[in-house]
Amino acid sequence: MSSSVYIAGVGVISAIGNNVAGHLASFEQEKAGMGDITLLDSIHRGELPVAEVKLTNEQLAEMTGLSSEISRTTQLSLVAAKEAIADAAIPEFAKWRSGFISANTVGGMDKSEDFFVDFLADSSKGKLRFIWDHECGSVTETVADQLGITGMVTTISTACSSSANSIFFAARLIKNDMLDIAIAGGADALTKFTLNGFNTLLILDKEFCKPFDEHRAGLNLGEGAGYMVLMSEKVAKTLAKAPYCKLTGYKNSNDAYHQTASSPDGTGSYLAMTGALKKSGLQPSDIDYINLHGTGTPNNDSAEGTAITRVFEGNYPPMSSTKSFTGHTLGASGAIEAVFSVLAIRHGLIYPNLRFETQMENLPLRPETKFLKGQKVENVMSNSFGFGGNCTSLIFSKS
Amino acid sequence: MEYTGTRLPAIEPDYKAFIDPKQIRRMSHVIKMGVAASKKCLQDAGVDIPGAIITGTAFGCLEDTITFLTRMVEQQEDLLPPTAFIQSTHNTIAAQIALMLQCHNYNLTYVHKGISFESALTDGMMLISEGEANNVLVGATEEMVDTSFKVLTRLGLYKRHPISNLDLFKERSKGTIGGEGAAFFLLQDKPSLESLAELTALKTLYKPQNIAESIAGFLSENGLEINDIDLVITGRNGDTRNDEIYDDLGASMFKNVAIANYKHLCGEYPVSSSFALWLAVNTLKNQKAPRVIMEKGTAPSPKKILIYNHYLQKYQSLMLVSALS
Repeated sequence: MSSSVYIAGVGVISAIGNNVAGHLASFEQEKAGMGDITLLDSIHRGELPVAEVKLTNEQLAEMTGLSSEISRTTQLSLVAAKEAIADAAIPEFAKWRSGFISANTVGGMDKSEDFFVDFLADSSKGKLRFIWDHECGSVTETVADQLGITGMVTTISTACSSSANSIFFAARLIKNDMLDIAIAGGADALTKFTLNGFNTLLILDKEFCKPFDEHRAGLNLGEGAGYMVLMSEKVAKTLAKAPYCKLTGYKNSNDAYHQTASSPDGTGSYLAMTGALKKSGLQPSDIDYINLHGTGTPNNDSAEGTAITRVFEGNYPPMSSTKSFTGHTLGASGAIEAVFSVLAIRHGLIYPNLRFETQMENLPLRPETKFLKGQKVENVMSNSFGFGGNCTSLIFSKS
Repeated sequence: MEYTGTRLPAIEPDYKAFIDPKQIRRMSHVIKMGVAASKKCLQDAGVDIPGAIITGTAFGCLEDTITFLTRMVEQQEDLLPPTAFIQSTHNTIAAQIALMLQCHNYNLTYVHKGISFESALTDGMMLISEGEANNVLVGATEEMVDTSFKVLTRLGLYKRHPISNLDLFKERSKGTIGGEGAAFFLLQDKPSLESLAELTALKTLYKPQNIAESIAGFLSENGLEINDIDLVITGRNGDTRNDEIYDDLGASMFKNVAIANYKHLCGEYPVSSSFALWLAVNTLKNQKAPRVIMEKGTAPSPKKILIYNHYLQKYQSLMLVSALS
């Protein structure tokens, strides 16, 4: 039960890159992924910026070999999961018990929306192929089949913390000797459903988002997928190269305050961060970088910031919200940012928090604004909080 | 209860007994069912705050999802109210329970088709064996709305003509009847006076090649063979394609075991195995199987029940439930 879980492969796709190398280049060039809506047929085009993956459904389908009638979420998921597996380069993959633990928030909603337009006009109409992907589990299933997974396959959905949860659940399956290898993460494509949903909550910034800034005005929605390959020590020993790091801490707590808003003192995030530290056996002073949830909404950033001041009590490590690059990728964000955390350890990186100008009133927190290389980064905390009070913190540590 | 049709609605309790009436008005059907079932479960178990709350649902909060989607299409993305969107997320029920109880503990929602409930149970059992929680509230919820009924009918899941649910297994034809429901369980690390039964083991299978071998393996991992089982509860649903495997096993592996079914009582839905577990647990507690579920044989003073269910063949699950000694 006390055995270590190693990370040996990562894969990511978002508005700032189609793979790991693309992301590292965008970070170094401080190049954000937001822009006008080009892919969704929405009345918000030209009004609300979003962070789109820079590939059409047809281009994605070409990359994955799946039909372009399959949900964009599935396409994104397969691209990043395949990259993670290739990166891990596990000799004799088939001889181990492998699982696929994924996450998303609205399944194949992009295609359900198309179906629904015809269906509402006439309930005998609407192409059934388009509704087939509606369930969150369908997205996972298609990808698991493509990857040749035979062990545990499941999907988690806890709003914006979904894929942080899939990563630690995968680690627990390995610790409990139910799996040897788990590919874990999550995916979400931009949909009109989520765009309009967040718009009704009045938390979308009409400019590019400014996480942790006093004058922040909301989030920008993004899309993408992130996956990592987790494995037991036994499997890690068979690799030709050293694994990236270990997952040493994780904690899932609930804010129990409001269906969509965070409590003013960030109870849930405080419990998640302190719980993850306890699990990892680390002190707050051991954390070298915090990848913030940092959505850019007034409510999240003040709650998260308050919780950080309570946990770190004056000794603040470098911190930043990479959502200033990728936008908020919802169910994918926990995993995408976990991938960034792993890469920070491997390459000694601190990512910049773009567009930060003014410190939040009453909070002594200044996120890092420059891309830093060659840093000592041994322990990284990654925060993911969501609707329904679902808060999760992960800690990755150099192995 | 007898219904004639191809869709079984959940029987509605008086929700005021479980939920603040001010809240009830704002809740969709599935939220009400889930919150009420969880409250009843905790009341019966005598537990105020569980160590974790874990739910499973394949479709999530369909009523709110469809309301928002419909308005979005009809009003062309203009002037949409937020409530339906807020309540459409799959974790709404687990979140509402946490909010109601002011419970800050572990909270997760699994959304994987026919093993959504089993995934939640797996996590709950793991939390207990890890010593992370002494007790865990695990539940499953699913609602059927007009839209999903129409779409699933078009996809060929249901019979094309009305049928009495009590006659579901009498005629051999394609399709089943749709259902919905919510069931919650409190898992504990050790038995208490309120305990109903022991959930001894659980296994989920994805597209198993040879289910008879898988079942034998599952039993042997638990030091048992099929003759040690007093009652098998199967996921028979009246659809000839679905029931073929139950027919085969009934004539072979399950030949000398008492067999019961449950989907004529609750209909088919992705988390219906939660209904089967509820039935198994109560059968063990009462030491008697209700006559309405029996397909063949009798199970006087049952000690061990095996639940075998599959959802559209792909996702299969096995649960071993034992009487407390």
